[in-house]
Amino acid sequence: MTYEVPVAPGEKAEIEERIEGAADGWPMWEVFVRAKRGISHVHIGSLHAPDARTALQNARDVYTRRGEGVSVWVVPSSEISAFEPEAAAEYVEANEKVYRLATTYEIPDEVGQM
Amino acid sequence: MAVMTPEERFQAIVDAESKIEPSDWMPEGYRKTLIRQIAQHAHSEIIGMQPEGNWITRAPSLHRKAILMAKVQDEAGHGLYLYSATETLGVKRDDLQELLHQGKHKYSSIFNYPTLTWADIGTIGWLVDGAAITNQVMLTRCSYGPYSRAMVRICKEESFHQRQGYESLIRLCNGSPEQKAMAQDALNRWWWPSLMMFGPHDTDSTHSEQSMQWKIKRVSNDDLRQQFVDMTVPQAEFLGLTIPDPDLRWNEERGHYDFGEIDWDEFWRVVKGHGPAARDRIEHKIRAWEDGSWVREAAIAHAAKTRSAA
Repeated sequence: MTYEVPVAPGEKAEIEERIEGAADGWPMWEVFVRAKRGISHVHIGSLHAPDARTALQNARDVYTRRGEGVSVWVVPSSEISAFEPEAAAEYVEANEKVYRLATTYEIPDEVGQM
Repeated sequence: MAVMTPEERFQAIVDAESKIEPSDWMPEGYRKTLIRQIAQHAHSEIIGMQPEGNWITRAPSLHRKAILMAKVQDEAGHGLYLYSATETLGVKRDDLQELLHQGKHKYSSIFNYPTLTWADIGTIGWLVDGAAITNQVMLTRCSYGPYSRAMVRICKEESFHQRQGYESLIRLCNGSPEQKAMAQDALNRWWWPSLMMFGPHDTDSTHSEQSMQWKIKRVSNDDLRQQFVDMTVPQAEFLGLTIPDPDLRWNEERGHYDFGEIDWDEFWRVVKGHGPAARDRIEHKIRAWEDGSWVREAAIAHAAKTRSAA
């Protein structure tokens, strides 16, 4: 509960989520951080910024205040392409081709580690 | 295999302790509950900068000032992680800001209590952040991926908040009689509001059951409150401070501390926006937003100019 506000008796729980006609603020960027040398950049979150340079500065302040990274990428969120949710489900669940997996093949113990 | 409905598939993922991600189908009620909870959490972090920011210029040493600035900066960061999490649910950060300014969104009542002395700063770290950690550790196991991930980051940083607060109180409690009295006074004022942070009794908590089924919430209000009391009483004893509750005692049979009843009238009064500092907090927030508007506009204009020059 803590930072959630309890619903007072007689109050409705639902809150508004939108302001009609509100201006769009700064565009959104996705942030990727390389935690240390030798590993890939990993998506860590998003933020708002007017341009790439400010996005990088904001990313440093928001996501790497304690040395969490040695390198940061920012990408405009609108530039990220992804499968539609339904297509994504088919895509990731099509794991019927077990012959692609190394563990499918039985190698006799005498052969040793392979 | 029987084809599952989207609802069954959703609940199966939740029941399997896996995570729901932004592009997954989710019940409208789940989405709305999350937006409400995460937005209120984000607003709380942002408003929470004020009671502590109030003491930055009056911190007793440069060391304490640097700590306090880092902590307040963390609170801003926490607010931003959480606004990002709400945006994965299809709302806009600027809309949420505006709804907060218009008083249509709420934030935690704890920030409507004023910070009267320096000891309040240590006490907030120890108790308020301590209560927040108790809750947020539970939320790292929340079924919604982006919220859960934000909580993991936040919990790491909250640990600094709590430890620096407690350490600062150790100093005060080992200082002059006046300093120790100041620490006791701060505990007297913050103890009950901290217990109130866990919300109403389970029996009066209207939406808990559904949130538990969705695994947004994993532990009940009363259980979390008990956890917090059990953890905190020995810490108060170490400081040599007295928790302001005559009913507080160890219950051998239960293996927990028994404690007194919260003043629920005050609880609901503050929840409804009648806390001592409620009006100041929002006025200050709106002023900061409006005073910063030229910076936001200039940055957009500069970005457009740079783009067209390129």
